[in-house]
Amino acid sequence: MKRLYFDHVATNPLLPEVFEVMEPYFKGEFGNPLSMYDLGFTAKQGIDKAREQVGALINAKAAEIIFTSSGAEANNFAVKGLAMSRQNDGNHVIISKAEHHSVLNTARSLEKQGFVVTYLPLDKYGLVDPAAVKGAINKDTVLISITHANSEVGTIEPIQEISEIAREHKITFHADGVATVGNMEVDVKALGVDALSIAAHQFYGPKGAGALYLRAGQRILPLIYGGIQENGRRAGTENVPAIVGMGKAAELTKEKLPERMAHVKTLRDRCIEGLSKVEKVHLTGHRTLRLPGHASFVVEFIEGEGMLLMLLSKSIYAASGSACTSKALKASPTLASMGIPTSLTHGSIVFSFGIGNEMEDVESLLTEFPAIVGKLRAMSPFAKEGWRPEDMKTEES
Amino acid sequence: MYSQKLMDHFTNPRNVGEMPDADGVGMEGNPTCGDTMKLFIKVENEKIVDIKFQTFGCGAAIAVSSMITEMAKGKTLDEALLISKQDVADALDGLPPQKMHCSNLGADALRKAIEDYRKRGN
Repeated sequence: MKRLYFDHVATNPLLPEVFEVMEPYFKGEFGNPLSMYDLGFTAKQGIDKAREQVGALINAKAAEIIFTSSGAEANNFAVKGLAMSRQNDGNHVIISKAEHHSVLNTARSLEKQGFVVTYLPLDKYGLVDPAAVKGAINKDTVLISITHANSEVGTIEPIQEISEIAREHKITFHADGVATVGNMEVDVKALGVDALSIAAHQFYGPKGAGALYLRAGQRILPLIYGGIQENGRRAGTENVPAIVGMGKAAELTKEKLPERMAHVKTLRDRCIEGLSKVEKVHLTGHRTLRLPGHASFVVEFIEGEGMLLMLLSKSIYAASGSACTSKALKASPTLASMGIPTSLTHGSIVFSFGIGNEMEDVESLLTEFPAIVGKLRAMSPFAKEGWRPEDMKTEES
Repeated sequence: MYSQKLMDHFTNPRNVGEMPDADGVGMEGNPTCGDTMKLFIKVENEKIVDIKFQTFGCGAAIAVSSMITEMAKGKTLDEALLISKQDVADALDGLPPQKMHCSNLGADALRKAIEDYRKRGN
């Protein structure tokens, strides 16, 4: 059976052209970029080139790119490093309920160090209201960190408007761009952000490579102390092959972005059109302000993990935000903040498309999905009577 | 993550459905993760002669439901009451630790169905 991989928000396959440029750095070109001999120079050149390529993708200067090990590290670095660098100005940080765990949990860690964090709610489309950002600002606010797009519901946040507010109030502004960079046009100058996180595997680059864009002149405290790598802002011998691969992936993305976006958008729109016709299946997130390859739904009366397993038996790979699929067995805070009742968040399902998918793959999904929903609903005690799990009172509760 | 046996019960669940003329009905749910199981039994001479289930929940919850119906069918009520959560998990060749509490509702739903039958004064 052909594998139908519709989980591109989780990760993407590495492009062969990217692997090709990485390979020499695993073999002969093993030098440490800090070494003062030819092997070191070649490694350093590889990193310098990658810095140019990644910068070009987001309209930044090479010097504004700091390589990290992942998008999560970039988020940790930004939230902690930017807030800590302004500790003398205040101790208030604003984030939203749409944030990835790497921003959310870092903000929580700041609370233990004396910071006060505001968690902004979302509207029913998953949007952060810029007026709410403005309303949350006080004299102690030093950092605002809002995701550029949420990967669970695909909603693209009004970053430009929020950055204007931040600038007016002289507050540092970071955006988590992991879900957007490589999937849609991202121009850091137009967005007006002070910092933006990036992950290479989101645009067909390697895992283990990420970056933080940091506007020239913006101060930050390191997360990892040590040597002078990345201008002393991120110590540790560089993951040269991964960084080189990230650069190549960025270059290819810049070249092919319009074509890629148009392709996945067609697949997304067909998926949304087709699945919205299935009874009691609802689109989550915004219909148009959403990631080009992202289609997310909640399905009434059934649970996400069961759907995933049945889809897998048809060789279809997807994701769910249901409590059962998370190891912590907790419902997603993003869906909850959008006002989606718990009974529905259990039935969350996300399909995210990539350049390897074809229209016939989406058609297969549209054929298989209603049958899977039907089979699970036939087993569900709620399908017929319309009960919701939270209506259920047990002796224990 | 799941054993082959569990996947078999999830993919081909035994005894799914409603039973309008059931002699006892038991419902058990976990409010945290939402898993909910409804169990119907038909009793003759203190023996479970037929059993059906409806379940809302993950793969483990559905497989547990299917397995308990197989284990309980043909047993006397007293024998059926002895089936423990661990027995069901073992019969499925184990459950992932995080599913042990939230999805392992079968034994409790069965106990409630039997209590319901007895309450009806049969």
